[in-house]
Amino acid sequence: MSLEDYKQQPKVFAAFALPTLIWLLLFFVAPLGIIWLYSFGENVSLVDIETTWTFDNYARIFQPEILELLWRSVWIAGIATVICLIIAYPVALLIATASPNAKPWLLLLIMLPFWTNLLIRTYALLNILGTRGRINETLRWLWESANALLNRMGLEHLALLGDSFTPLKMLGTPSGVIFGIVYVSLPFAILPIYSSLERLDRSYLEASLDLGAGQWKTFWNVLLPLSAAGVVTAAIITFIPALGQFLTPDLLGRGQVDMIANVIERQFKRANDWPFGSALSLFLLYITFVLLAVRSFYDARRGSRS
Amino acid sequence: MRDVICPVTAVDPAGSQLLTIWEKSIMNRRPRTPITRRGFLAGSAAVGISITLPKAFAADGKVNFYNWDTYIGETTITDFEKASGIKVQYDLFADNDELFAKLKGGNPGYDLIVPTNDFVERMLDADMLLPLDHSKIPNIANIDPLFMDRNFDPGRAYSLPYMWGTIGIGYRKSAVDGVPDSWSHLYTSDQYAGKIALMSDATTVMQMALKSMGKSLNDWSDENIAAAEAMILAQKPNVAAFAGDNGQDLLLAGEVDLAMEWNGDILQAMDEDDDIGYVVPKEGGLLWEDTLCIPKGAENIENAHTLINFLLDAEVGAGIADYVYYATPNTAAKALMSDDYLENPAIFPSAETTESSEISVFPGAETVRKIEDAWTRIKAG
Repeated sequence: MSLEDYKQQPKVFAAFALPTLIWLLLFFVAPLGIIWLYSFGENVSLVDIETTWTFDNYARIFQPEILELLWRSVWIAGIATVICLIIAYPVALLIATASPNAKPWLLLLIMLPFWTNLLIRTYALLNILGTRGRINETLRWLWESANALLNRMGLEHLALLGDSFTPLKMLGTPSGVIFGIVYVSLPFAILPIYSSLERLDRSYLEASLDLGAGQWKTFWNVLLPLSAAGVVTAAIITFIPALGQFLTPDLLGRGQVDMIANVIERQFKRANDWPFGSALSLFLLYITFVLLAVRSFYDARRGSRS
Repeated sequence: MRDVICPVTAVDPAGSQLLTIWEKSIMNRRPRTPITRRGFLAGSAAVGISITLPKAFAADGKVNFYNWDTYIGETTITDFEKASGIKVQYDLFADNDELFAKLKGGNPGYDLIVPTNDFVERMLDADMLLPLDHSKIPNIANIDPLFMDRNFDPGRAYSLPYMWGTIGIGYRKSAVDGVPDSWSHLYTSDQYAGKIALMSDATTVMQMALKSMGKSLNDWSDENIAAAEAMILAQKPNVAAFAGDNGQDLLLAGEVDLAMEWNGDILQAMDEDDDIGYVVPKEGGLLWEDTLCIPKGAENIENAHTLINFLLDAEVGAGIADYVYYATPNTAAKALMSDDYLENPAIFPSAETTESSEISVFPGAETVRKIEDAWTRIKAG
């Protein structure tokens, strides 16, 4: 009897599929269904929500301030994704071409951060990026040393480096938030690119180089197209969670760089407006669906071409 | 929500939502972290308080007590268990929103909860509280009569005061010019640009904006909401952080010099750093009061009354105040405390301050939505 052909072994298949199906129904479909119903509901009292099939909650998404916050989420996630890809590609290439002995260790280095709680890592970033954080303290030390040197050279009157050290402002700015998202997402960008490079047939590269294409040309015309699927996966797997980032803007953004997930959180807690919160989170889910559809479309086109 | 305190190692950024809930529960809102045991009890050091309940009062069974984190004396619970024979199941929440969300879908089994005044109103509005039987709580006599008539719960039929305090400005003495005793330093002036932390809660931040305009913090007319919104939006570039109630940490770390905060949080910071002060601005601030309530659906109502009565005892109250460092409404307990505690202006504000400050009234769901919408516009701006 073969498990591969589930049509001939429906009972075996059912026995294997049932637990997963029940799990999905109970903990994914059902909660999502409730959220979906809420999104068409209204608060009738402080504790009760009635599903009245109103579209009001969805209409509220199109208020300018919500659109502004959505747009901010999109561009912050977008920039973070691009930076991740630019950093991830060389790293992935390095690991893919490393010696078989070194590979597991290099991969371990990529996974290592996951052994620490995300919250703790974000707090560590607070410590590094703060006005009195490690980076600024190092800069201050450099400034003071350089200034002392200049003073000794008798250039004091020129105040070449300014009157005093001005710390870099990183927390509470979009760049701080982008930094945080890049930091969190980088492994997710590296791994898919690595796996596509790993599977790649090296003889293509050799052929390209043998036939007279330079390194650069080989990269652009052979390596990159062949690993494009990995890059697209990396982009999507980085962009989607970045879009819904909550913790990073909350802590590193200091309430100055709120993204859409911060608005959603507020609806479920402070604002006690679950219907609107539900509509907003489903809207985010729809955006995700569209992105995944684009991806499938891309895959299908590639499939039909080859 | 606290159930998800799972030590999940974050596996993906999407999982951060879960962590956030966890994070909120450990650091957000009003952390009632006592600094050290202060020994503010007058006379000798505060040692285990021996309470004698009349034997007839002793009961069997249990009581489920749902309280803020570190918001009780070190031995209060065990003392109660010894004295009454009632087993206490002690559970903690991090903020009113968590408490409300937990009870919103039905009481999961709590017998005694500690909501803040405006949440008492919310819960009364939503019919979530049981009336208290004052005849079973003789220690009500210990409470300052001033607290026995509050507009959020007339006659205190549903709630009894536990601790109270203010919201004001915590500041770094060496970095500010004199005492920053006006909200204008936070809301309109650019004197301390980039060194200001406001809170992250829309209602409270807008209420203090109203105070700075000399208006009542409960006057939520459309013009007032618009004026507060415009004021905060204009000040936003000067604000370093809308702090999720960790303003005291930013103050301690030197990230900001002025922080709008709960008095207890700043008291904590003052204990760690002599250079930090606290002031309720001359325009007045917000007075809050945490209360003892029995939620609907409670199963051990009798025992909850026994526990409330115990908590309002003079010595027990003093033991709690000595540890949590907030102002107690218990006159009999205050009589046992030292002057260090009683004369600390950051714990007990002056009469003028109390006069100019106000208790927040729950403005109704529709107004809350207006406030939150204004806040979203501020955040998007």
